Amino acid sequence: MPRIYLDNNATTRVAPEVLEAMLPCYGEVFGNPSSVHGYGQEAKEALDLAREQVAALLNSEPNEIVFTAGGTESDNLAIRGVMEASPGSARHLVTSQIEHHAVIHTCQDLEKRGFEVTYLPVNREGVVDPEQVARAVRADTRLISIMIANNETGALQPVREIGNIAREQGVLFHSDAVQAAGKIALDSAELGVDLLTISAHKFQGPKGVGALFVRKGTRLRPLFHGGGHERNRRAGTENVPQIVGLGRAAGLAGRSMVEEGERIRRLRDWFEQEAQRRIPEVTVNGPAESRLCNTSNLRFAGAEAEGLIINLDLAGVACSTGSACSSGAIEPSHVLTAMGLSPAEAFECLRFSLSRDTAREDLVRVLELLPDLVARQREMSSPEKHAYSMIS
Amino acid sequence: MSEKIVIAMSGGVDSSTAAALLKDQGRDVVGLSMQLWDYTRRETSDDENWERKKSGTCCSLDDIYDARRVARFLDIPFYVVNFERAFEQEVVRPFVESYLSGETPIPCTRCNTLMKFDRLLARAIQIGADRIATGHYARIRHNPGTGRYELLRAADRSKDQSFFLFDLTQAQLSRMLFPLGEFTKAEVRGMADSYRLPIADKPESQEICFIPTKDTGRFVERYSEKGQTSAPGSNGSKQDSSQAPASSDCGGPGRIVNRQGEVLGQHPGIHHFTVGQRKGLGVAAGERLYVIETDPGRNRVVVGRDGDLLRSGLVACRVNWISIEKFTRPLRVQAQIRSRHQAAEATLSARDDGSVEVRFDQPQRAVTPGQAVVFYQDELVVGGGWIQEGL
Repeated sequence: MPRIYLDNNATTRVAPEVLEAMLPCYGEVFGNPSSVHGYGQEAKEALDLAREQVAALLNSEPNEIVFTAGGTESDNLAIRGVMEASPGSARHLVTSQIEHHAVIHTCQDLEKRGFEVTYLPVNREGVVDPEQVARAVRADTRLISIMIANNETGALQPVREIGNIAREQGVLFHSDAVQAAGKIALDSAELGVDLLTISAHKFQGPKGVGALFVRKGTRLRPLFHGGGHERNRRAGTENVPQIVGLGRAAGLAGRSMVEEGERIRRLRDWFEQEAQRRIPEVTVNGPAESRLCNTSNLRFAGAEAEGLIINLDLAGVACSTGSACSSGAIEPSHVLTAMGLSPAEAFECLRFSLSRDTAREDLVRVLELLPDLVARQREMSSPEKHAYSMIS
Repeated sequence: MSEKIVIAMSGGVDSSTAAALLKDQGRDVVGLSMQLWDYTRRETSDDENWERKKSGTCCSLDDIYDARRVARFLDIPFYVVNFERAFEQEVVRPFVESYLSGETPIPCTRCNTLMKFDRLLARAIQIGADRIATGHYARIRHNPGTGRYELLRAADRSKDQSFFLFDLTQAQLSRMLFPLGEFTKAEVRGMADSYRLPIADKPESQEICFIPTKDTGRFVERYSEKGQTSAPGSNGSKQDSSQAPASSDCGGPGRIVNRQGEVLGQHPGIHHFTVGQRKGLGVAAGERLYVIETDPGRNRVVVGRDGDLLRSGLVACRVNWISIEKFTRPLRVQAQIRSRHQAAEATLSARDDGSVEVRFDQPQRAVTPGQAVVFYQDELVVGGGWIQEGL
């Protein structure tokens, strides 16, 4: 059975060019970048190139890039690092209710340790209001952390406005760009961010590697202690092969982003129109315009998503109910409920996320399958209703 | 394409072998595991005292891992469905509340009825299956004479699990398969070996799955301390507790008394005791004493002699009939009051309030409110209900 992968916000396939760039680092280029000798120098060179590639993607200086083990570590390093390096009086930070758990759970942990956090609500489209950000900033606020694009809905957040607010108020600004990186242009200067999180595997890079942009001069307490790697920001011998993969993926994304993005957006929009045309009561979660080009979060009213996902998978189509990190979770999506959906409604939502590998035929196939699956699901959806009959 | 069947996989030998049998028969099999209780969350929480996980229980993450391994080995699609919230609300919480009200409930029947054979069955039908199979030791047959689906004891009486299945409806029974019902446990282990299932030598789980430490009293205490039971409006103060109905609070320490009401000692909370229990009373007496009643109203544990445990009958409520459609006239049955109880000859008669009176031919020991009573006619399950009180 041919398989169709539409869960690219969970993770993406490593691009062949990326794998090709990584392989020598598992062979000949095995040195430790901190070593003085030639082996070390070769590895260091590979590392430097990757740092330049990532810096180019974010329009930053290479020495503002800290390599980490992924988006979660970058978010932890940014938020915990800033707050724990904060002068004693600045104990407050502002974030939103729709952040990734890597941000929200870090904030919740900080709250247990005496920090204060404001979690801003969003509107029905899942977008934070910059005015509310401005109002939430207090005299003791140290940091604002608001994502660029939401992973479940693709909703783009008003990051530039928030960046301006942060500057005016003299507050640091972190943004989780995990879902945005490689899909839309990210200019660290223009965005007004002091810290920016990215993760390689969301844009055809390998898993387990990410980066944090840290604007020069930003005080940050490291998470790990050890050697002086990454300008004392992140101890531990650099994961050279993965970092090289990240760099190559950043280079590739930077080049193809604009035209690929346009193609994907047209496909996605067509997919949503067709889904709504062929199936009654389908709604799109998130803003119509200001949304990542690849993300389609659809609610099939009255159809439980968990069953739909299994059915789609049995038919060879991979999608998800939202964040991969909370799949099968007991709790309804915190993003969708923050947008005003009831828990029951949130359990009726499916996320389809496209990539540069997605072809129109893939979506044609999904659109052929969906109407029947949704109809059956609707018939059978509430386990509480004992909707099964006796068979004889 | 052949009929699609969902197999409920627990990662144990039984359900894994059932899956292998179905696959062997050329059926279109999909494996589902239920995630019911999150052990890891409690392990890693800041509350270091929360019950520790131990593997080998029916639904721990290790077992989902095993189920996945078996599914991969058998090359069948496999999914985990998460019923944690429903499990807590519909199984764990009622279990704790029942315990606190002086009963000794069995959670497995409720879990079977509400999780496996309701939610999981619904999920199975959602994904296009007509039937769901489990690794239970019991048999189902359709009786063309009565038109009813009948539940029977397993061929291997020593493994029979029909006791835990008495609450199933006809619609549920019509959609269920018990592929192991005709086999002995030894045969099943043999099949698991010959299929080379990766879990063939796994030990069996016996205890209540969400209480791996087996310390039920402590679990009940911690659970209710954490305020997870639905506290009734206003809890009476300790002094008022004799008036208060069974509250969700742990009553705390109280008195151990004999049948005459004489105080023999102190107890740490009635939820540590169950009818028939002899150990852990901490009461010195010339003769062996047993718990004959736990009285939440007065927060007392009543003890007595072995003979005081005998009851000539019981009242069963919420009775589910399987082999008969309606209960109209007195019936002769064998009534079983615990999973390992030798079913005893008894006569059933209807009471005005819809409950059923069970009169044993010979008095039976330790009739325990909250436990199930299942009515058999030889191998056939006539029906079953919940013990309301002893007579």
